[in-house]
Amino acid sequence: MADTNYDVIIIGSGPGGYVTAIRSAQLGFKTAIVEREHLGGICLNWGCIPTKALLRSAEIFDHANHAKSFGLTLEGTMKADVKDVVARSRGVSARLNGGVGFLMKKNKIDVIWGEAKLTKPGEISVGKSTKPVVEPQHPVPKGVKGEGTYTAKHIIVATGARPRALPGIEPDGKLIWTYFEAMKPAKMPKSLVVMGSGAIGIEFASFYRSMGVDVTVVELMANVMPVEDEEISKFARKALEKRGLKIITEAKVTKVDKAANSITAHVETKDGKVRQITADHLISAVGVQGNIENIGLEALGVKTDRGCVVIDDYGRTNVPGLYAIGDVAGPPMLAHKAEHEGVICIEKIAGVPGVHAMDHRKIPGCTYCNPQVASVGLTEAKAKEQGREIRVGRYMFNANGKAIALGEDNGMIKVIFDKKSGELLGAHMCGAEVTELIQGFVVAMNLETTEEELMHTIFPHPTLSEMMKESVLDAYGKVLNA
Amino acid sequence: MPINITMPALSPTMEEGNLAKWLVKEGDQVSAGDVIAEIETDKATMEVEAVDEGKVGKIVVAAGTEGVKVNALIAVLLEDGEDASAIDTSGGGAAPAPSGGDAAPAVPDSSSAIEVGARAATDPVPAPKAADGGRIFSSPLARRLAQLNGLDLKALKGSGPHGRIVKRDIEAALEAGTGKAAPAAAEAPKAAAAAAPVAGPSADQVLKLFDKDSYELVPHDGMRKTIAKRLTESKQTIPHFYVSVDVELDALLALRAQLNDAAAKDKDGKPAYKLSVNDMTIKALALALRDVPDANVSWTDDNMVMHKHADVGVAVSIPGGLITPIIRSAEEKPLSVISNQMKDLGKRAKERKLKPEEYQGGTTAVSNMGMMGVKNFSAVVNPPHATILAVGAGEKRPVVKDGELAVATVMSVTLSTDHRCVDGALGAELLAAFKGYIENPMSMLV
Repeated sequence: MADTNYDVIIIGSGPGGYVTAIRSAQLGFKTAIVEREHLGGICLNWGCIPTKALLRSAEIFDHANHAKSFGLTLEGTMKADVKDVVARSRGVSARLNGGVGFLMKKNKIDVIWGEAKLTKPGEISVGKSTKPVVEPQHPVPKGVKGEGTYTAKHIIVATGARPRALPGIEPDGKLIWTYFEAMKPAKMPKSLVVMGSGAIGIEFASFYRSMGVDVTVVELMANVMPVEDEEISKFARKALEKRGLKIITEAKVTKVDKAANSITAHVETKDGKVRQITADHLISAVGVQGNIENIGLEALGVKTDRGCVVIDDYGRTNVPGLYAIGDVAGPPMLAHKAEHEGVICIEKIAGVPGVHAMDHRKIPGCTYCNPQVASVGLTEAKAKEQGREIRVGRYMFNANGKAIALGEDNGMIKVIFDKKSGELLGAHMCGAEVTELIQGFVVAMNLETTEEELMHTIFPHPTLSEMMKESVLDAYGKVLNA
Repeated sequence: MPINITMPALSPTMEEGNLAKWLVKEGDQVSAGDVIAEIETDKATMEVEAVDEGKVGKIVVAAGTEGVKVNALIAVLLEDGEDASAIDTSGGGAAPAPSGGDAAPAVPDSSSAIEVGARAATDPVPAPKAADGGRIFSSPLARRLAQLNGLDLKALKGSGPHGRIVKRDIEAALEAGTGKAAPAAAEAPKAAAAAAPVAGPSADQVLKLFDKDSYELVPHDGMRKTIAKRLTESKQTIPHFYVSVDVELDALLALRAQLNDAAAKDKDGKPAYKLSVNDMTIKALALALRDVPDANVSWTDDNMVMHKHADVGVAVSIPGGLITPIIRSAEEKPLSVISNQMKDLGKRAKERKLKPEEYQGGTTAVSNMGMMGVKNFSAVVNPPHATILAVGAGEKRPVVKDGELAVATVMSVTLSTDHRCVDGALGAELLAAFKGYIENPMSMLV
């Protein structure tokens, strides 16, 4: 009889689950991971990674369309071939999916294929997956274990999240899309309505706009990307609108009429007026919700709250030996948060010294629309709400040599310091490559630098990163190049 | 070989003390049991006795030195035939006695040590000798916050990578206040100064408000620092709640006179006891706590500490401050025992000769300012107590009895409670029980 007893079983192989599995194996635990669909989870198969591939195509397309401003002439017409753009995106995903399989094997982690259900503390049963498959699907890796009962001292739930659906506007996969369908259009639509302007909604809106689609974004809140600093949101909105994106804020889609090949969205604005927008498709991007159903949480009496498993600082649920990490354990639902949460959880289980709870204020967020948006820490409004006295510094891309040379002079960086202690409370950016820049401030925050160390840090010239230092200098009235 | 005399621990929790006074000088001959020094802890002064005989070879820590760590070398005794050259104090703080008696060579004196150092040195800065003097790893933000809040990084333990002091350590120290956070530090003398978690105005800020020659500075002694620390902590961390009540004393005064008259006298005519109103107040509070056990508690973050006995601390004013010796299990003790114990504790408190176990702990306290004519006041809860009773003077006051104006001896008392564990109604219940005993004092005798 096959060995079905482990130290650690992780349910779900998304970025949180598989990274936790690797760390678990490194710590010497006999580890297994259960997956029902695809190694790497949504992130790698239908989320973070394949969208970045699509957006890269869009970016190159944008650049090519502006070749002339760089002194380059492209002869003939350039057009986006949807099939090939999607195929490239799927290829990128497939390569990484295979990579996760390799990592599992390398770390001697057993992969159990199927749908897991907690049966009692320390035990799961794995059955056939009941989830409808979204095609195209990567093949099931070789050498996986199958259905059966498995036991472990520690079970970590990392089942992730799925698109939230609004009643009456449920995605149907044909006219009303979620990110699954938006990721693999069979042909380029002429027009789209995107419901929700969070990271997912705005990235697809940006991608399709670059591809020449007439896109209207409908957002319930006053600003696009509502979690971002208001000033940055407004800045990004202006830049997106300049690219021809239509944005309606403080508005909601109340109803969607479906025709044979189009939808008509009824959009109600704050003033009570209802506008009808007809488009080929509607993308529903109104957030995600935790996958807490059908995994036996109820039977074990696991506490949940607003669709997520309730955990303590170290991923522990109210049931001894049962843990949860990542999207299913609550917001922010971000891959990098899940990974870190998982590492903290397994290291705490192993008793690694010096494990500390995650500081939620230091989780960066990135949105890959054009222009990009990135941030970490408190927004100006939040900092004020907490009653802090603050200093705010800003720097615009149009004063930075590298940005001008790149032809990317529309952007800004904003930093927020605690006036008294000089603690860096938040950093917010909009513009080219800011998703790569933000990490400088994240490191600074984690090392607990004050404005002084940042001012004494030498930033290389000519780079976009120089703007980070200038924004710090600006907060203290010492800006040089402005 | 020389005998090291180290700073004694006068209580299990003592980490440091002040060397108040030397009663011997270098060259004096001492024998075992001789009192050689006085050590001042936070509230008491204790005598240090010699445990061996010999000649005082060297006094390492001068009289008046504050914050001497427990086990630090304070003096060296020489045995017969030894002279001062045998003394090695280079180990600094807690130098162990050189091992292996006969083999121990004379340790080079300081000048030759420097010579050796200079020859070998590539670094102009001499390496620190002991654990102290090493670099303290801390984040820039932690340093800034420590500075802003008047904390000494040396008094903190780092929880960051490789023991680095980070923001959360500063926050934890501020939150824990003076409690036990600061003493966790290793470094001796400055730890006491660092203990004040939230700095008020600095000394400079205060002093510049006065002319230079309009005052003189008196350094704080251990007791003053402890009072400042503990009461600041109390008022900053304990949500105080106050309940006042008037109690009539006439019945109690009558009973007291009767009991005192009945006291047996010894052959010199000295009575076996002489009860005071305060003694009866202690007893009444102890019995009230027995009757209302929910109020006989201490707060900890995780649990309610339900005490099985009423240990009543009694604030005793002494020169330079105050101290609260404790009558343990006062609810079980007869009034005569409480009275005599209180006399002894009060006397020794004034001489600063209480042992730590006689004033540490307790479950409640009484502060009586009646003898000074105070009508009413509110006292500061002294943790781990959850309550303190402030007692005013008994005085003749007009009262209404059966619709008629009458005169009675009335005393106002105010109970301060830690609202985290003794709510208002519970405090009121406790006071009602207290009032019952005072006004029907016979019930205290049964």
